[in-house]
Amino acid sequence: MEDYVIEMLHITKEFPGIVANDDITLQLKRGEIHALLGENGAGKSTLMSVLFGLYTPEKGIIKKDGKEVRIKDPNDATALGIGMVHQHFMLVDVFTVLDNIILGSEPSKFGFLTKAEARKKVLALSEKYNLKVDPDALIEDITVGMQQRVEILKMLYRDNEILIFDEPTAVLTPQEIDELMKIMKDLAAEGKSILFITHKLNEIMAVADRCSILRKGKYMGTVDVASTTKEELSSMMVGRDVKFAVDKTEAVPKEEVLRVENVCVKSKLHSEDAVHNVSFNVRAGEIVCIAGIDGNGQTEFVSALMGLDDISSGKIFLNGEDITGKSIRYKNTHGISHIPEDRHKHGLVLDYSLEENMILQRYFEPEFSSHKILNKSAMREYSDRLAKEHDIRSGQGATTIVRSMSGGNQQKAIVAREMDRAHKLLVAVQPTRGLDVGAIENIHEEIVKERDSGKAILLVSLELDEVMNLSDRILVMFEGQIVGEVDPKKVTLQELGLYMSGAKRDTGKEAGRDE
Amino acid sequence: MNNKNLFGKPGFQTLLASVLCAIFGIILGLIILLLMNPQHAFEGMYAILRNFFKYSNNSTNLMYYMGSTLVKSVPVILCAEAILFAYKTGLFNIGAAGQYTVGIIASLYTGIALKWNWFLCILAAVLAAALWGFICGFFKAYFNVNEVIAGIMLNWIALYICNIILGSPVCMNQTKSETYNVSAPSMLPGFLRGLFGNNNYMTIAIPITIVVAIAISFVINKTTFGYELKATGHSKDAAKYAGMNAKRNIILSLVISGAIAGLAASLYYLTGIEHYKISSSVPQMGFSGIAVAFLGGLNPIGAIFAGLFVEYITLGGQYLNTNYYNPQVADLMIAIIIYLCGFVLFFKNILNRRIIAKSRISREGGVMK
Repeated sequence: MEDYVIEMLHITKEFPGIVANDDITLQLKRGEIHALLGENGAGKSTLMSVLFGLYTPEKGIIKKDGKEVRIKDPNDATALGIGMVHQHFMLVDVFTVLDNIILGSEPSKFGFLTKAEARKKVLALSEKYNLKVDPDALIEDITVGMQQRVEILKMLYRDNEILIFDEPTAVLTPQEIDELMKIMKDLAAEGKSILFITHKLNEIMAVADRCSILRKGKYMGTVDVASTTKEELSSMMVGRDVKFAVDKTEAVPKEEVLRVENVCVKSKLHSEDAVHNVSFNVRAGEIVCIAGIDGNGQTEFVSALMGLDDISSGKIFLNGEDITGKSIRYKNTHGISHIPEDRHKHGLVLDYSLEENMILQRYFEPEFSSHKILNKSAMREYSDRLAKEHDIRSGQGATTIVRSMSGGNQQKAIVAREMDRAHKLLVAVQPTRGLDVGAIENIHEEIVKERDSGKAILLVSLELDEVMNLSDRILVMFEGQIVGEVDPKKVTLQELGLYMSGAKRDTGKEAGRDE
Repeated sequence: MNNKNLFGKPGFQTLLASVLCAIFGIILGLIILLLMNPQHAFEGMYAILRNFFKYSNNSTNLMYYMGSTLVKSVPVILCAEAILFAYKTGLFNIGAAGQYTVGIIASLYTGIALKWNWFLCILAAVLAAALWGFICGFFKAYFNVNEVIAGIMLNWIALYICNIILGSPVCMNQTKSETYNVSAPSMLPGFLRGLFGNNNYMTIAIPITIVVAIAISFVINKTTFGYELKATGHSKDAAKYAGMNAKRNIILSLVISGAIAGLAASLYYLTGIEHYKISSSVPQMGFSGIAVAFLGGLNPIGAIFAGLFVEYITLGGQYLNTNYYNPQVADLMIAIIIYLCGFVLFFKNILNRRIIAKSRISREGGVMK
């Protein structure tokens, strides 16, 4: 008989209108790294919430070390040694690393904190697993990768033996991802059992021993990673074969649509410019990508381009018209569509219904209102049409509150809205962030279709695969400057990496200019 | 699937939660009466709840007192409308009390000292209170001063200005230390006075209140302006992304909220039902409005019923036998009910959870949508 630490047998969990988990079985062996793979909305989060006692399943049992247990709330889960690193960290920014680690189980004597022992334990753990964490640093001062290691330490400090990682690589740079993979392997080697939730196939192939696949709430099976391929995993997850390379023909660039001249943006964090002297152009019928490691000025540049933040100097032209300093509304209505980086903060009013979100930039147009009164039936029709065309799934159709929709469908809604609006330029920032391969494939196809129909596309992406697959030209941004322009067909990943890390830059010619 | 279930509808849940709050408040009130004087508690509660129906054998009196309740509900309903309107934009207009006070100043000064026509008096009150709202909104929009802080300070500024202006000899009868009667042209025209036992305080304030509530409901739910306001309220960043002018919306929202509060003051004081007395505290009305807004489920029409209920209970306190109960007991009870109003959302959440739990049990093998 196999040695399972945790078994979730025949779990069924329903919500009104949806069966989130339908007879799912997940068995975690001691000391293995077990990947849980599935599209957005496949039921991964629900299953983990069941394991954590946040939801009570209608059917099914959970066994720990072969004995049936009842997990009624997160405290039960903690008592069983289950710990989780959430996608969004649960850390107090203004506390030190040590304070965050002991938070919730503070060692004390006569009501006074006794941190010395805790510190010893933390340092020992940090040493053992090579986590390289400074216990006295403030959370707000350390990198995201380090913060994640603090979360890992938190679990280790509590002697958890079952560690759950919820999409841990979404926020990390490629180097940090490599480090994390190593840490996970070390942990498993020390006998910890790891459940690794993700939809990135490369990572599964790199680190996991076995992989369980969910699709639309159903259990598709568990495979040994060593004896499977990426293609097989993805077709199990999506239910059909997925192309990893984007099908596209050679770009046929036409007239210039966007021209950016010497744009500078002040940083909110330090006295240097966040964006410094950036110049480039985007022509109709091509996809230009700004690549770079997160935090090198891409976000600030797009904010300034769209008018969400101010430009300190420089000029922006759209179809030859100077639109520097024009309002966001003007840009919205004069040919720029924008898929924003942060769909929750900018892209959607989460407490609005789907139909209300679909007209977010257009509610005042005659199509949707007359004499300042909204035309609800037009809204409904429009929303239903987009939902149908772009396969946006939601519990109650057009009236679904967007907050209750899955991340993937939220993103699809934004993409649908932005692509349907009249535009000449599409600014797409991380358009596939947090999406699964199936949805990524669809969005990539739509972007290529846009290009072929003569739209200019400015893509900003942190995903190297996306950058290489989708773009016709790549501009690399490093510390607020464009340090190189490369052709995706000629450049290697290694070379791109050198540009991205600032080790290489084009100096002779003015980077970014097409002529 | 949920639509078939009445309990699943948010509107109905809010209504149910509000009713539950009211019932809990009454039960708690009864417990207090029991603690103070167990013998007469039920009798006391009965007197409060029976209220003006005590006069049911005399229809003239009955209608008269019912009319007075209506008249006194007007300001609290309108203050609630003011608060919920701002709330839709994500603003907590605790400054409604100050805007209401400014409305008192403008309506009574124009009504007593200047003897303007009633219509102009209302207009003066609305404009003055709108200005008060504007100050709050301006600081919020351009300097990011929290509207609660600015509102509270403006409340006190309004109060002392009010005491100075209305305390002056042109407005205040120094011997009675209350304002003179509102001049005849400034009094609001009557409304169905005959029906309500010749109650002279019955004025067009009542239909105006209903019209205003409907108008607010319309603006919030049907217009592009309401759509913008709510979007700004839910997410300032998304509103900005969509190209909406968040600063303008914040200011407009507080200006309109202030205007409604000013209207509340004028529609109350220009009936002559109450004279202004020098006070050392900001009028309660603006704060009661908060409770009424929540009790009404932040719905403009719901606020009408919530306002009527709160006023009904408040006035019911007068029917308590003061031999057995300290007159403050009624106030205490109202305070408890108002306090419970804050729990409407809480009750709603509980209801929601129960409903989800039930639907889980009742349905087997649902389908994936």
